[in-house]
Parts: sequence; structure tokens; C-alpha cells
Amino acid sequence: MSASSISTENMSTSAVTAKESEEALRYYSATQWQLIWWRFRHHKAALFAGTVLVVMGLCGLFASFLSPYSAVNRDKNYLLGPPQMIQFWDQKGFSLRPFTHGVTTKRNPTTLRREAKVDPDVRRYIEFFAHGDSYRFLGLFKTDIHLFGVEEGYLHLFGTDDLGRDLFSRTLFGTGTSMSIGIIGVVIAFILALFIGGVAGYAGGWIDYTIQRFTEIIRVIPVIPLYMGLAAAFPKEWTTMQVYFAMTLILGLVGWPTLARRIRGQILSLRDEDYVVAARVAGAGAPRIIGRHLLPAFTSYIIVDLVISFPYMVLSETALSFIGLGLRPPAVSWGVLLQAAQSIRTIQHAPWLFIPAIFVVVAVLAFTVLGDGVRDAADPYSVSEG
Amino acid sequence: MSEQPHRLMEIKNLKKSFPLQTGFLGTGGTETVIAVDDVSFYIESGETLGLVGESGSGKTTIGRSILRAIEPTSGSVHFEPREGEAYEVTGLSNREMKAVRPHMQMIFQDPYSSLNPRMTVRDIIAEPLVVNKLLKGTDIDKRVLEVALRCKLNVEHLRRFPHAFSGGQRQRIGIARALVMHPRFIVCDEAVSALDVSVQAEILNLLGDLQEEFELTYLFIAHDLSAVEYISDRVAVLYLGRIVEIAPSKELFFSPLHPYTSALMSAIPAPDPDSPMQPIILKGEIPSPINPPSGCHFHPRCQFVQTECKTMRPELKEYKPGHYSACHFSDVMELPGASELGESSSIRTSKIRSSN
Amino acid sequence: METAENYLVKGDPLLEIKDLKVSFKTDEGIIPAVDGVNISLKRGHTLGLVGESGSGKSVSTWAVLQLLPKSAIIHKGSSIKFHCKDGESVELTDFKSKSREIRNIRGGEISLIFQEPMSSFSPVYTVGNQIMEAVRAHRDVSKEEAEGIAIDMLSRVGIPNPKRRFKQYPFELSGGMRQRAMISVALSSNPSLLIADEPTTALDVTIQAQVLNLMKELQEELGMAIIFITHNLGVIAQIADEIAVMYLGGIVEQGTRHDIFHNPKHPYTMNLLRAIPRLGKTDGGRLVAIEGQIPSPMERPSGCCFHTRCSEYMPDRCNVNIPQITQISPEHTVRCFLYES
Repeated sequence: MSASSISTENMSTSAVTAKESEEALRYYSATQWQLIWWRFRHHKAALFAGTVLVVMGLCGLFASFLSPYSAVNRDKNYLLGPPQMIQFWDQKGFSLRPFTHGVTTKRNPTTLRREAKVDPDVRRYIEFFAHGDSYRFLGLFKTDIHLFGVEEGYLHLFGTDDLGRDLFSRTLFGTGTSMSIGIIGVVIAFILALFIGGVAGYAGGWIDYTIQRFTEIIRVIPVIPLYMGLAAAFPKEWTTMQVYFAMTLILGLVGWPTLARRIRGQILSLRDEDYVVAARVAGAGAPRIIGRHLLPAFTSYIIVDLVISFPYMVLSETALSFIGLGLRPPAVSWGVLLQAAQSIRTIQHAPWLFIPAIFVVVAVLAFTVLGDGVRDAADPYSVSEG
Repeated sequence: MSEQPHRLMEIKNLKKSFPLQTGFLGTGGTETVIAVDDVSFYIESGETLGLVGESGSGKTTIGRSILRAIEPTSGSVHFEPREGEAYEVTGLSNREMKAVRPHMQMIFQDPYSSLNPRMTVRDIIAEPLVVNKLLKGTDIDKRVLEVALRCKLNVEHLRRFPHAFSGGQRQRIGIARALVMHPRFIVCDEAVSALDVSVQAEILNLLGDLQEEFELTYLFIAHDLSAVEYISDRVAVLYLGRIVEIAPSKELFFSPLHPYTSALMSAIPAPDPDSPMQPIILKGEIPSPINPPSGCHFHPRCQFVQTECKTMRPELKEYKPGHYSACHFSDVMELPGASELGESSSIRTSKIRSSN
Repeated sequence: METAENYLVKGDPLLEIKDLKVSFKTDEGIIPAVDGVNISLKRGHTLGLVGESGSGKSVSTWAVLQLLPKSAIIHKGSSIKFHCKDGESVELTDFKSKSREIRNIRGGEISLIFQEPMSSFSPVYTVGNQIMEAVRAHRDVSKEEAEGIAIDMLSRVGIPNPKRRFKQYPFELSGGMRQRAMISVALSSNPSLLIADEPTTALDVTIQAQVLNLMKELQEELGMAIIFITHNLGVIAQIADEIAVMYLGGIVEQGTRHDIFHNPKHPYTMNLLRAIPRLGKTDGGRLVAIEGQIPSPMERPSGCCFHTRCSEYMPDRCNVNIPQITQISPEHTVRCFLYES
């Protein structure tokens, strides 16, 4: 029965007290979002996934600058051409400036197909901030400067499609379209869900009952036929822009019920929290209770839901465009790009047309991992007690 | 007390029932849970009325109905924060309630769920002032600091969020919030039940001090009978939504008139190994409030039950000055009370028991 | 439930915990939960563990059953020795938490009941089914026999109409009934030690009285030892033979219930006894509150843990060194400098 062994432990704790108390103070006055961020930081995988998504988003946003060509620029000399490598070294020796080899196209006398052949004697040096197709930068001003390009001829990092369009550029444009459709779709679904679920949860009673049954009816309609029906209803003469917005609207309209149920559930469970009763006893009206007590309490959970529902939006767009019911050329999206990769012939002759699929897979995985991380961090007040 | 005591709160025939849907999709029809069944009592200004009862007794529902945190089904709550200023709380619209709210507040049981974790302590305490537009600008901060200091919190604490505090400190934040409008009446709903023993004493003391300083009136709801006896002037005992007995606290604990009160008191384990508990073991469990027993709600568990108990609801009648009981036989029974007093632990035989 | 082990004498040593230390690994670092606890319990006796939140009273007993969560570390040098029915004694810290040995101990030698009985029953099986399962896990009996034993046990713990209750699901029983049913499951294996972790805290007073009475009766009948964990000093005074008072992971005072209630030595014990309202004895007076808050386990005070709140605090002594265990009488020990010579 001795306690001497404990004393050493306690000596060490007192030494670090000063430093700890400063840390504690910071923790004590931390807001919800700071706490969430501190917790989220520990989730390395989610942090990485988030970075990947931000990079992807930026790529989509600045696609016209980052890509060397426009989405419709055709390289008639390099149809269905394989990806070209950037090189520093070839048989002529080393070059500090990266370059790629030129190509010459000849018609194959037996198959009668035009075939591109790499010409190792021609070096095409890569230029940064090269002039190319003109575009409006973020819709603000007109310019023709691209991040990189080659002096003459073309550079196709991901190869070209059957019309000779640069797949790298098109993938970047497609990323922008698909991700923005996802974002706008999620926002529309969220606004609808917030309103419908919020009313149902806060009002309760027969209003709740009616809204719930309506939500269930929407939920039981099979999604694919619904998409197909709606998408088939697009008039042929609509512009790409109109189709684009109609798509986001459809995705939003179909996506809200799940979110609405979650929001309703959150409100129902929070409505009887003691601090909400306390606010009511203090005399707070419905707007203040909703705005000050309910909304801040469940926004973090809703963000989790949004993040998780995002890939479904992107996948729905991709699926619809893939079966030819969504966006139509000349619009570019992941779905449209993959549409070109449908046939056996493609797999055999031009596997690089699948490169956009890698982007879809990476984006969906990243969203899932990010959603996981956010979910773990979303409730900073659930202190894990031993 | 600087002023003459008056009846601050008079509750008459308060009823609250909740509909309960049963069966698949509500097809089983609705049953009603009668949480509060025709309850009447009053609270004098400056006193503490204890409200005790076991689960399902409706004590929390009563507290919340008085404050209109839930809507009572029927009955009236007459509230006179000052003499000459009176309100019929149950009849008021939400807008009219604005005038009454500053006078009546509430302290909650769970110090963790009763504070919004996303607001700073300053904002939590200031909220009643802000929503009622009682003070503006720096006056708010002045008042918040004043009550916070009174509740043994310091300036530094005001910037923090609730997660920085322990249970006892959180409860003091809750008390400061209840106090910030300088109310006349506070419902303490199990205000110390969730706290550790060593902290509980401090909160009980604080509540006592504040009562004197701000001339507060408390409705102290609890299931811990020792705490209720300590803080209350009078105590009302609830059983299945009805008051079975009201009396000055000492009298209630040591010479109860209702068999349920007696059983309840005898079941309190005394923190003293030399006065062993000799509880009157009640038969069975508390019945469900969905389908309460007929007549006297307590009759299926009462050891003195007679035929009229099964059919007639006993009235709450005054047997001694200020001592009310709802039992048909309160005038002929002598019941043991809490086992703490040496003499009461030798159970006095009751007149009815021998005849039964 | 025959007590075949007649050679097991009441008062023989049953459980000896020596220098038990448990910590938890968390994001914030390693948090000590139990820090050098010594307990010895005799057969058939009841030990009360009293303490407030964070005192480590539950953690120490989970350690006995190796039921601690994965994040817990039992430090080297901790010893939990248990004397089995067959006369052999085993070191429980040697067993892995999922090993067969510890499962045999949990089932046959030591049983556990909790505060919330609902969580210890599966909601999808009937109460009877679960009791039968517990019976058959330890005894070689047929289904029919097990059913008979189960119904017999339900009636033994005072459940009226046990045949009907046998067929009901846990949610159909009230809190008190569930607690009784859980006791019957715990006792079905005829354990020599019952660990009761706040078994009456969630119950109403009148039901608490019923359950306490039941536990006393069953102890008399079956002769098992009980470790009764609670924060309620009233309950502990009524049920325990010996009491250990815990504060922040350590036992500050230990003795018979008379020692603790009539001759408390440690300032914490004394304060605690003065802090509780007693019927009829605190007439208008103030309660004696203990200053300050219970420190968070992450910020354990140096020296004697209680020095931050102690009324007898001696600077440069209490906050620097840890007091040794001092014997007041053969059964009464305290850990405080006031009694160290």
C-alpha cells in the first residue's frame, strides 16, 4: 500500500500547467466552427480529399485558362490520337525546356484510316502564357492567354477524340460543368428541403403529416424513369445554356426529399431541447428561435448531408448525359465525354477516352471521404468520455 | 421581506392531457395521457413551494404549464407579481404574454442541454433582455455582469462558451439567465438533481441567498425529498397527476396524513447507518397515466384500501391549519413519516391497519 | 440455486485489488482515471464505493471484469486477485478482455448490474428467453428445466405473475421490473461477487426501497459479496458494510460504515457528509458546500488531489506531496497529511 510511485507523474503535470491553461483558454472561447475545424484537422484523409476537391473545382472554374485549347478546337491532323508525352530528353540530347515531338499524319493504305505518327526529329517546345483561342476570363474580360501551349501545332496531354478535339481541355471544361451542376443542384435541393422540412418540423400536426406524405410520394417515384421523362421533355431547340439550367433544376427537384426528412428530424429533436424551451420561456418568438437556436445547431449536420448528396448529383448528371438524355454536345460534361467512350471500338483503339472516368471516380471518392471527416467533426460538443 | 406576503400565484383546476396515437398509422384511435388531473394550489410571495412526486406524477408538466412553456388543456393560472398587478396567465395571447414573461422564469434540470452550446455565456444570459427589449446597449452588459457576479461567475467567463464549464458552473449560468430580468417567480425544475453532491449544496445555498436578496418566490420541483425539505416552506406531493397532500415541509415529512406520502417518506434512505431504513414497501409499480385507476389513484397500492377508495375520488381537504390531504381516511389514520427522527423509526401502529 | 460450495466461508478473502491504475488514451492525451486504488473484499460482505463524477468508481470495477473500452490502459504493477469458488486464486489483469478465462469469471464468479437495465437486455428477445440463455450458459440443463429455473428466479426477485412476464419483451416492463429482471439474470449463475453500478439511481424512491430490500434479502439467501457503486450517501449508509470514498481516481478514506459516517477523518468525507441536506436536521441553516469545482481529470491538481478545495489545506505540503495511507484503526484508513505523523 504505497503511493510513492504516483508522485513522479504529478510533478511532471504541474510543470506544463502554464502552457496548458493558455491552450484551455483558447478552447473555452472557441466558436462552433473553430471547434469543428480543430476536430476536422485531425482527419488527415478528409483533409486530403478536401484539397483534391478544391483543386478540381479550381480546375473547372479556370478551365479556359488552364486548358491550351477551347472545347471545340479541332486538330484535323491528329484524330483519335494517343496522349503526347512532355519530354526533357530525346535522341538529340537533353533540353531544359520541356518539349514534345511533332506528328505527321498519313493515310494507312490498307485500312484507309488516317494515322498519326510521332516524328522524333521535330521538337515542339512548350511555352507558358501562350496565346491561343480567345475566351472571356470568368466572363469578365476577353483574352487569349492560356497557361501553356506549344509554338506551332498542337499538344494533347490526354490525346484527342474522333474529331481531333483536345481531351485534356475538354476534361477540364467537363469538370467545371459537372461540378457546377452538382453544386447548383445541391443548392436548389437544399433550399427546397430547408423550407419544406423546416415548415414540417416546426409546425408539426397536420401540416407535418401532409408534407410527410407528399415527400414520401416524391421519394417512391423511381429516379431513372423520372429523369428520363423530364429530360426527354426538353425541346430540341433549347440552347445548351437552357438545357444546363433545366438539368440542375431537375436534379434539385428530385434530390430534396431525403434532405427535407433530415432537416425535419433535426428540428423535431431540437425543438424540445431545454435551451429552446428556455428561449421560449424568455419570450423569444419563432423567428429568433429558428434563427438563433435551431438553425445554427443543425447546419453542421446539413453540411454533412450536402457533401454526401453531392456525388449523387454528379453521378446523376453523368448517367443522364451518358445515356444521351442530359447535356448534349456541344456542351461538355463528364457524362458527355464518357458518352464518346461507349463502344468496344473505343476500348480497343483509344483507351485514353476513359480518362474523364478517372476524374469522376476520384471526385466521388473524395466527396465520400470528405463527408466522413465532416460528419465526425460536425458535433464538436459530443465529448468522448472515457 | 419588505412587503406583505400575498398570493403571488393561484392555480385552479389545472389540467393537461396529451393525445397519444396508437396502432398502425394511428388507426388504433387516440388515447389520452392525463399528465395533470385537476390540480389547484397557491404560492405565497416570498415562499418556496416544493413539488415532489415520482415519475409520471406530472410535476414537470405543472411547472411548464404555469409558465406557458406548454399549453394547459384547461384551468386558470392567476399571477400577481406585485399587489395590484395581476394577470390571468392562461388566457393571454402570445403578445400579451410579453408583459408577464419578465416576471416569471425557469431553471432547468440538465445543465448540459439547457444552455445553447453555440452561444457565449454573455449572450445566453443576455437573451431574455434582448428578446424582451428591456435594456439597450451597454446597459445590457452592465446588467449581465451584475447577475453573473452575483452567481459567482466572473468577467472572464462571459466570453466563453458553455463547453468550458462544469455542471455546477453551468447551472449557475442557467440561474443567472433566469435572474437577469429580475423576475418575481422562478420555477426550479429539478435544478439540483443532476449535480454532484458537493456542488448541489452550493447551488442550494445560492438559491437561498438569491431568494432573500431579490425577494424571489420559488416553485421547487424535485424528486430528491431531502433537498425539497431543506429548501421548501411548504411541500405538495403529487401522485399520478393529482396533489395528494400539501403541508408545511416539516409537518409533511414527519407527520404525513396521506398513506402515499407516508410510504414515500419512509423510503428515503437516511445517510446514517444507525437509523436503518424501514420502508413501507408499496405493492407493485406506479400505474400508467394512460389508464389511471378509478377513484383514488393510489388505491391499488394502498395498504389501507377500503371499498369507497375504489370508486370515489377523495377531495383535497384541510385537516390541520395549512395541512391538506386527499384521502378519505386522513382524519382517522396515524401514519409514520420519515425515518430520520428517532421516535418515528419505531413504527407507530395505525388504527386502520389493525382493523384491516 | 443451491449453495453447494459449503466450504466457502463468509469472511474469507474474495477480491484483492492492489495499486490499480487505469488511464484513457484520448485526443487530448493520456488521462488518468484510476490512480493507485487498493481494495480488499471478503466473501459475503458489501463494499460501498461512493464518489462523485470523475472519481473513477465505475472504472475500477470495470477493470475487475476487464470490460474497459479499448482506449483504456491498465498500468503495469496493478494487481486484481480473485479467489474462485474452487479455491484457486487468479490474477484478473492477466486475462485478455475477450479470453475464455475472463468470460468464465464474468459468467460464473462475478456478475454485473447497471444503472440502466434496458441497455443490458436485447430488445428483440423476451425477458424469459434471455434469462434462460444465461442459465444454460452456466448449467447443463435442458430447455424445459431452464425455463423452470428462469420462472423460479423471476418470482424470487419479486416479479409478480412471473409466467406472464417470462413471455414479455424488455420494453414492456417498467424500470423497476427491468432492474429486478436484470438482477435475476446476474444471479442466475450463482456468482460469488455482484457488482452493482448505480443500480437504483434511475429508479423512483419507493422503487429504490424495494430493490435495496431485495438485494439485501438475496444476499442473505445466496451469500454473495456485493460491490455497490453509488453517489447517494443515504443509499450507501443503508446497504454497505464497508465504504470506500473516492475522489478523482483515488480512495481518500476507507472503513466500516460506522467509521465513515460517525468518525470521518478525511476533510472530503467530512465535507461531503455536511453538504447533504438531511431531513429535519438542517433547520433553516445553510448547508456546508465544498468550495470550487471538481477539477477536470485532464487538469489533475498536484499533490493531494483534493487540496484545491480542502478547508484544511496546508501550503507547500498538500500541493506538493501525495499523502500516504494512514491507519486509524485496523479497518479504517485515510490518505491525508492531517493524520501522518
